[in-house]
Amino acid sequence: MSGSERIFNALFWLYLVAFGLYLFAPLIIMGAAAFNESRFPTVIPWQGTTTDWFAAMWADRTMWQSLWTSLIVAVCVVVVAVPIGTAAALVLTSLHARAKGFAYALMVSPLLTPGVVIGISTLILWRQLGIGGGIFLIVLAQSTFIICYVMLMVMARLQRFDRTQEEAALGLGASKVMVFRRVTLPFLRPALLAASGLAVLQSVENYNTTLFVRGFETPLTVFIATKVRTGLTPAVNALALIIIAATVVGAIAFEIARRRRAGRPSP
Amino acid sequence: MGDLYRRFGPGLSTIFVALVLVWLAGMVLAPNLMMIDYALRPNLPPAAIGGPTDTYSLANIAYLAGEATHRTIFLKTIWASALVALTTFLVCYPIAFWMAQRATVGQLSVVLLLIIIPFFINEVLRTLAWFIILAYRGPLNAVLMNLGIIEAPIRWQGDGGVLAAMVYAYILFMLLPIYNAIESLEKAQIEAARDLGASPWRIHTRVVIPHAKAGIATGFVFTFMLAAGSYVAPALLGAPGSRWFTEIIYNWFFEGGDWNRGAAYALVLLVLCLAVVLVTLKIARVNLADVAK
Repeated sequence: MSGSERIFNALFWLYLVAFGLYLFAPLIIMGAAAFNESRFPTVIPWQGTTTDWFAAMWADRTMWQSLWTSLIVAVCVVVVAVPIGTAAALVLTSLHARAKGFAYALMVSPLLTPGVVIGISTLILWRQLGIGGGIFLIVLAQSTFIICYVMLMVMARLQRFDRTQEEAALGLGASKVMVFRRVTLPFLRPALLAASGLAVLQSVENYNTTLFVRGFETPLTVFIATKVRTGLTPAVNALALIIIAATVVGAIAFEIARRRRAGRPSP
Repeated sequence: MGDLYRRFGPGLSTIFVALVLVWLAGMVLAPNLMMIDYALRPNLPPAAIGGPTDTYSLANIAYLAGEATHRTIFLKTIWASALVALTTFLVCYPIAFWMAQRATVGQLSVVLLLIIIPFFINEVLRTLAWFIILAYRGPLNAVLMNLGIIEAPIRWQGDGGVLAAMVYAYILFMLLPIYNAIESLEKAQIEAARDLGASPWRIHTRVVIPHAKAGIATGFVFTFMLAAGSYVAPALLGAPGSRWFTEIIYNWFFEGGDWNRGAAYALVLLVLCLAVVLVTLKIARVNLADVAK
C-alpha cells in the first residue's frame, strides 16, 4: 500500500467515525439527559442521577391523552390506507403501458408534495363541507400519502407473483372472488403486514401534515413540539427514550424478519 | 382495465377501482383544486362571498411578490433547501460509495442496520435532540470550550442549527438512492479507469458520479422537497432572523386568519417543489417511475 493510499484510508476511517458520531451522538445525549437531575435537559453539568423524570412523565395525563389520540389515528390510517393502497397496486399493474405512466405519476404525486401542502389542501376542502380539523381530517390527510407507501410495497411483492397460480385455481373451478381470497391475498400477506407496520410508524411520527388538520386534538408529535417551546423538562426526554427504545426494538425485529424471509424462497 | 376485470371479476374489480377513485379524486385532486380556488379568490367576510367582489385574480400571489419580508423568506427558503440538499449529498456520497463498492457483506449489513435505526425515530424527536445539543449552555458549546476551540458559547440556533438538523433528518433519503445507483456499477469499470491512469478524483467525477446520476437526482429531489416543506426544524431550532416559508404559511392560517393568502402561499410552495422535481429529473434524464423505488 502506497503512502498516499494509507493517508486516504486513514482519512476515510476518520470520516466514518465522524459520520457515526453525527448519527448517534444526538440520540445518546437526548436519552442520557433523561437521567440528569437538571431541570433543563442536558448532560453537562451532570447534577446527579435520577429516575424522577420517568415518574413525572408517567404521571402526566396530557401525555397519555396525546398518546391515545396518536394510536387511534394510526389504527384508522391502517384501516383506510392498506385496502386502498392494495387496490391501487392491483389496478396499476393491470393497466396498459400508456395509461400506466400517467396513473403512476398521479399515484406517486403525494410523495413529492410537501407535507404541509397536503394538510392545508385537506383542511380547505373539508371546511367547504363544514368539517373542521380533528381526528377525521388527520386520518384522511395522513392516508393521502401513506397509501403511496402501501401501494409501492404491495407492487414490489406483486412483481414476484406467478399468475399461473391464479389460473390454476380458476381451472380447478374456483370463483374469481375465491381465487383472490385464497391465492392472491395470502401471497400478499407479508407485504400487507409490513405495510401496516410502516403505516403505523409514518402516522405516529407525522408532524408537518398533522399540524394543519389537528383542530383541537394534540397527537404525540404536537405534544412534544409544544413542550419544547413552552416548558421543556427531562420528562420529555424520558418519553423520547422510551419511544426510541420501542422503535429500535421494532426496527431490529422488522429487519430480522425481513432478512429471514429474504433468505427463504418465497412460497 | 379489461385485464383487471378478467382477473378478478366484476364485483372485486369495481370495488378496487372505486377505492382508487376515492383516493385520487377525493383525497389527491379535489383538495388541490379547492386550494387553487381559494388561492385565486380574495379573503371576504361571509356575507360578501359569491357577491360582485368575489372574483378570481392573482392578487394573493402578487402580494407575495410585493411583500419584501415574505419574498426574502421565500427566496431564502429556496436556496437554503438547495444548500441542505447539497450538504446532505457531500455527507452521504463517500459512505454510499464505500457501502456499494468496498464494504464486505458483513460490514454492509451492520452499517445498513445502524443507518436505518435513527430514521425509524420520529422527526420531532430528532429535532429535539439537536435542540438539546445546540442549546446555549448545551453539550456542544461545553465541549468546544473545553477543547479551547471557542472562548465564549456560540448561539447555534438559527440558520446553522436548522441546517444541521435538516441534513441529519434527510440523510437516508439521499444515501439509499445513491447507494442503489453505485451498487449497479461494475467494479471492473473503476479498475479499468485506474489502470488507464485516472486519479481518484477523475474516477469519481467521470465514472462513478455519471453512472449514479439517477440516484443522485432522486436524492436531491427528495431532500429539497422535504427541506422546503419542513416546519418542525425551523420552528424549534430557528431564530427570529431565520424564518422559513412554511412558518409564514402557518401564520396566515392560524394567526393572520387569511386562508386565501395562506392557500396562495402553499400553492406557490407546491409549484416550486414540482418545478424543482421536474427540472432536476429532466436534467438527469430520470423517469418519474424510477424515483419512487
